[in-house]
Amino acid sequence: MGQIQLNQVTKSFGSVEVIPPLDLTIEDGEFCVFVGPSGCGKSTLLRLIAGLEDVSSGMISIDGADATQTPPAKRGLAMVFQSYALYPHMSVRKNIAFPMKMAGIDQAEQNRRIDAAAKALNLTDYLDRRPGQLSGGQRQRVAIGRAIVREPAAFLFDEPLSNLDAALRVGMRLEISELHERLATTMIYVTHDQVEAMTMADKIVVLRAGVIEQVGSPLDLYNRPDNLFVAGFIGSPKMNFIEGPEAAKYGAHTIGIRPEHIDVTDASGPWSGKVGVAEHLGSDTFLHVHDTGLAETITVRAPGEVQLHYGDAIHMSPRAELMHRFDANGLRMA
Amino acid sequence: MATQHSRSAARLMMAPAVVLLLGWMLVPLTMTLYFSFKRYLPLRGGDLGWVGFENYTRFVTSSAFWPSIQTTLLIVGGVLVITVVLGVLLAILLNQPMWGQGVVRILVIAPFFVMPTVSALVWKNMFMDPNYGLLAHLWKFFGAAPVEWLSQASLPSIILIVSWQWLPFATLILLTAIQSLDGEQLEAAEMDGAPAYKRFGYITLPHLGRAITVVILIQTIFLLSIFAEIFVTTGGAFGTKTLSYLIFQRVLESQNVGLGSAGGVYAIILANIVAIFLMRIVGKNLDA
Amino acid sequence: MARAVTPQRKAINTAAAWAVGLLIFFPILWTILTSFKTEATAIADPPVFLAFDWTLENYGVVMERSNYGRFLWNSIIIAGGSTLLGIIIAVPAAWSMAFVPSKRTKDILMWMLSTKMLPAVGVLYPIYLLFIKMGLLDTKFGLVIVLMLINLPIIVWMLYTYFKEIPGEILEAARMDGASLKEEVIHILTPMAVPGIASTILLNVILAWNEAFWTLNLTAAKAAPLTAFIASYSSPEGLFYAKLSAASTMAIAPILILGWFSQKQLVSGLTFGAVK
Repeated sequence: MGQIQLNQVTKSFGSVEVIPPLDLTIEDGEFCVFVGPSGCGKSTLLRLIAGLEDVSSGMISIDGADATQTPPAKRGLAMVFQSYALYPHMSVRKNIAFPMKMAGIDQAEQNRRIDAAAKALNLTDYLDRRPGQLSGGQRQRVAIGRAIVREPAAFLFDEPLSNLDAALRVGMRLEISELHERLATTMIYVTHDQVEAMTMADKIVVLRAGVIEQVGSPLDLYNRPDNLFVAGFIGSPKMNFIEGPEAAKYGAHTIGIRPEHIDVTDASGPWSGKVGVAEHLGSDTFLHVHDTGLAETITVRAPGEVQLHYGDAIHMSPRAELMHRFDANGLRMA
Repeated sequence: MATQHSRSAARLMMAPAVVLLLGWMLVPLTMTLYFSFKRYLPLRGGDLGWVGFENYTRFVTSSAFWPSIQTTLLIVGGVLVITVVLGVLLAILLNQPMWGQGVVRILVIAPFFVMPTVSALVWKNMFMDPNYGLLAHLWKFFGAAPVEWLSQASLPSIILIVSWQWLPFATLILLTAIQSLDGEQLEAAEMDGAPAYKRFGYITLPHLGRAITVVILIQTIFLLSIFAEIFVTTGGAFGTKTLSYLIFQRVLESQNVGLGSAGGVYAIILANIVAIFLMRIVGKNLDA
Repeated sequence: MARAVTPQRKAINTAAAWAVGLLIFFPILWTILTSFKTEATAIADPPVFLAFDWTLENYGVVMERSNYGRFLWNSIIIAGGSTLLGIIIAVPAAWSMAFVPSKRTKDILMWMLSTKMLPAVGVLYPIYLLFIKMGLLDTKFGLVIVLMLINLPIIVWMLYTYFKEIPGEILEAARMDGASLKEEVIHILTPMAVPGIASTILLNVILAWNEAFWTLNLTAAKAAPLTAFIASYSSPEGLFYAKLSAASTMAIAPILILGWFSQKQLVSGLTFGAVK
């Protein structure tokens, strides 16, 4: 079980309110991702749930029981830190055993769980090494192993992949997703990387300046962003925003159109411009188009290989049905 | 950064150290203040009543006061200049590739481990003695008349002895700092066409700023209270009486506790001026 | 990447560094050599460097003249005791400053260090008086207390520096793993801090061993450590170079050896973490 509920939770450091009153429910078994730019309060929120910070006001309940004043050790949560936070003076086996030792679990059971975790995480050959002798990805797995053996009500991940290189990150992302499928335990995952959020989450919580901008499934956020911030944050390359007369044509203050929702047309099209940098990825081509009279740059994602280069003049047709309209306050218009 | 629970635990754990130091500071300080307003001669009648500020005026107006302040500042300043300048040069030298670096380091740091009484005695007798001292032999070898170091050049001699003791400390800290200098920065400067002396002035020296501050802070703390070096060598004669030593003489040699205590209060004020000054610089430098 | 250096350049560096190193070390070397000379050779003109008849008689004389063993024992007890006591008091304080910092932490640290700047002579008489009242004069216990107090700021600072280098996330991980404060300190913090604590101990043993104001002024016959042992050679015995040298060598040898073995750790601690 692992349902976590935040009720009017706030957090201030001195006179600075980093989290204004906030309500959020994370259902049992859900993979919930907190995403937002750095300094948006996502890590603070996670640490409040962990009990590593006191809430300034409000209530946190875990499985319906008030846990606001419960010390971190007693909340039954496990956390994987950004720096992995492995104990450098202990072997991998002892690292993984530590939470069980603290909980007073008997030795045989400890060994059983360590072996199971090591097997699941491909750590069997490394159990007697020190963390210092492991690679980044292996350390990450040890940290996860240490979390698993506690059989926690929920896992908390604080940007666990940000110290890994790109290739490893993709691999670990899959491993964590698989782990979630297998254990079906609640997971709360903090990241600033919207790709991680989109690929892993059941539910994404987009935060800015301590305020929840939108909560929803990845595709909800992609298809129906509530405001300009979410629209700009989710999706890569970023959504194009156009203001002024062009937006007025659609009866909006700002219109947003994703790069993948603009078609390149040779001869004619409502929009035109000059290709700046063209990024040829093979699977796609990203065109950064200038001199459109609409915005500084319009980014277009054309599928496959497109033979366009710096300085080429092109025409573009946005798919009007996939266009997002926002009012002067940046909120989505129906 | 933390929860309420750990905050109160922290306060509790800090208490013994804070209370002890507070006591160590306040109790004797209060007593010193008390005595400083008394005529107090332990061997000649003891407590002879309150005298107001008489001790303070007498201490400042005594002919020994200003010279002692001057001596104190000269010794502290002289040693700081010598150890920092030589320390930087030595650190650069030791940072060069060479054979037997480890051994040289051991040779250089050795004086730091020698107790002040020993180094003072050894220098006084075996090096600076005008008849049998090694320096006298050296002078004679070059046909010069031996110098009576501790009477004719007393202050420089003491500065020399103390500098010898503290040079290792300065060198070692500066060496550590130099070793942490990013080689790529120097190479970038070289690519930019900066000659060696400019690379030193614009890159190495600023990089050492922090280390130099630390050297100055720690050495000042210890140098303000040097005692054994003077006690053993000149006994405060020949213009080597520091403020500390002057007070020591008033209290222990003339057994005038009231006068000595007033001097002590002055010394504390002087130390505080230096301390505030240092804390300003260092506090800023250590934060980053 | 370091560039290759020509052998000539390296030879010059080596020669220069060794020359300076030997010059700095020379007074100690000379003292050690002289301790093995007879008094006559010790003042020979011109001085003899190595070509003399080595003798141990000075050490015998020094041992006979005063009870070296007792001074040494006093030094060990005073330096060791004050350091140990200081560590016990400073570890919790440094822990809380490093891991639960408040706005005043820096001020408290600075204040602690500033107590070290209070001139000892300023408070000599009050301490002297208190010591008489409490029967601590010329006792090892009294000196242990005083030296612990004067070095406590340095100990707290050094430990604070070392503790600060332990990532806070590791302690939080321990808390999440269910460790109580006590378990956190025992299982995680202490093992990780051992190298730092060790070098703090070393430096403070050295400082206490060499401390020469309180040890000279608060002891007489019973509790006097090696600083007093050597001060008794002030005069006129100071002119007996060989014996003075033997006594000096005996006074500095233990700490010199200890210091050489631990110089690397000492440096990192001495800089208070301001220099890496």
